[in-house]
Amino acid sequence: MSALTMNVEFGAKIPVDRGIEQVAVVEATVAPAKEKKMEKIVTVPAEPGTPFSERLAGFGRAVLPPLLGMVILIGIWYIATMKGGSIPGPLQTWDAATALFADPFYQNGPNDQGIGWNILSSLQRVGIGFGFAAVVGIPLGFILGRSAFLSAMINPIISLLRPVSPLAWLPIGLLVFKRADPAATYTIFICSIWPMIMNTAQGVQRVPQDYLNVARVLALSEWKVVTKILLPAVLPYILTGIRLSIGTAWLVIVAAEMLTGGVGIGFWVWDEWNNLKVEHIIIAIFVIGIVGLILEQSLILLARKLTKESS
Amino acid sequence: MEKFVQIQSVGQTFDTKKGKFVALRDIHLNIKQGEFVALIGHSGCGKSTLLNLIAGLTKPTDGVLLLEDREIAGPGPERAVVFQNHSLLPWLTCFENVYLAVERVFGTKEGKPKLRERTAAAISLVGLDHASSKYPHEISGGMKQRVGIARALSMEPKVLLMDEPFGALDALTRAKLQDELMRICEATKATTVMVTHDVDEAVLLSDKIVMMTNGPAATIGEVLDVKLPRPRHRLTLAHDPDYIGYRAAVLEFLYEKQAHVEKQAA
Repeated sequence: MSALTMNVEFGAKIPVDRGIEQVAVVEATVAPAKEKKMEKIVTVPAEPGTPFSERLAGFGRAVLPPLLGMVILIGIWYIATMKGGSIPGPLQTWDAATALFADPFYQNGPNDQGIGWNILSSLQRVGIGFGFAAVVGIPLGFILGRSAFLSAMINPIISLLRPVSPLAWLPIGLLVFKRADPAATYTIFICSIWPMIMNTAQGVQRVPQDYLNVARVLALSEWKVVTKILLPAVLPYILTGIRLSIGTAWLVIVAAEMLTGGVGIGFWVWDEWNNLKVEHIIIAIFVIGIVGLILEQSLILLARKLTKESS
Repeated sequence: MEKFVQIQSVGQTFDTKKGKFVALRDIHLNIKQGEFVALIGHSGCGKSTLLNLIAGLTKPTDGVLLLEDREIAGPGPERAVVFQNHSLLPWLTCFENVYLAVERVFGTKEGKPKLRERTAAAISLVGLDHASSKYPHEISGGMKQRVGIARALSMEPKVLLMDEPFGALDALTRAKLQDELMRICEATKATTVMVTHDVDEAVLLSDKIVMMTNGPAATIGEVLDVKLPRPRHRLTLAHDPDYIGYRAAVLEFLYEKQAHVEKQAA
């Protein structure tokens, strides 16, 4: 897991941004009139002034490369499968996909449901497992970040357990819960909790000493310290933890469901393999990728919005 | 009150990887109520360490510090600190930053309208009414420092402690804030201790300049009483023989008496 490296990247970004800002502001004069003028320059977007052709060129630069990449990928796929064989080509897959997505929410008994239901039940498992992980992991991260003793006590345990594949926990889950569904959810819980704890703890440890000195001089109550200083300061780190957790959870759920069965995108992939519907497996790969991408991007958006408000 | 703040044979030793590091030794100093004291010295002479001791942010390894005959046991709002880098909370507006302090000090005795009034008054005092609802990253460095001063003053502290408050500002902004600070200190009669490395700033603002020897094991070298009448104006003082004399005395201490130690260290 790249929890640490990601965190460093995310964490480092903020101070750098602030540093630049500060320099810029210090250079500005104090005179209020000039201040306002400066702001205006900053807030007026450059867009309306630029000619249409330039804007079109900008749009092209942003969209063309990814589009080209997709076309090449599908092209290679098409050429590789042209001679036939066991792997279906893009056209066959497309036909299968249109048929499949024409009715994503059909129900033919517990083992034959539309792809929509499968995705939703996977998402539900991820949501529940991840939610529990957040409820447990974020406070635990706070405690570890605040107490050097507890951190020294628990960190070795975390270091030992973190590299373990979450699937190794699945049998324990099955044993404890006696049912497949909670066992899969529990696997998600296990894999989501590590990045959550570690990022939160690291965020708490990295709260600038200046802010804590302010708290000490004001002799703020522990409640005020947490709500007014720690929580806002740690929020970017928590959001990084959440993003990493969701990413891992979405990776793990597919594998967990392959093993546990029931309804879910992972099980569906395995079921289609048993039915030898390879087009559907390829569709599933795309669907899993797209859902993962949406999860990741929406969390990045959320993080940007929240940290913008709080910075 | 003659001995408002008393610093009695205070020493500060830090444990470092290379062993014990003596930052301060044998500091004796009394500060009168309403007095403006500047701590001046070369960098690394422990002037900020001394300020942190008065603030209670660190505890002395030797000696004792008293405020109104009571030992300073830890940080508290009666000794407000203006930090070198303003230390405003970036997720709160200027008003909220000051309000946090006001609420802490007066929240148990006064209602919300009165607290808001106090906050607004503190912000007006530093001339920032127009920026009250802005976030720290939306205002200039000088304005941030003024909010820091407003936050400290809003607590009506017994002692105002300032750690190179204008160090990061350009010369013009610094002069403006020095004038403002003089006006505020005269209006509020605040007892102030300011760490600085700017000779002109020290002479212009202070009643007493505490000059510190170079570290390690720094201590007070000389104390200069500045007996210039108030209110002081920088332009008239520029040609004042007394002012020039005080300035020369501080410069002499820093660059003649303490210069050799710096050469040794280099």
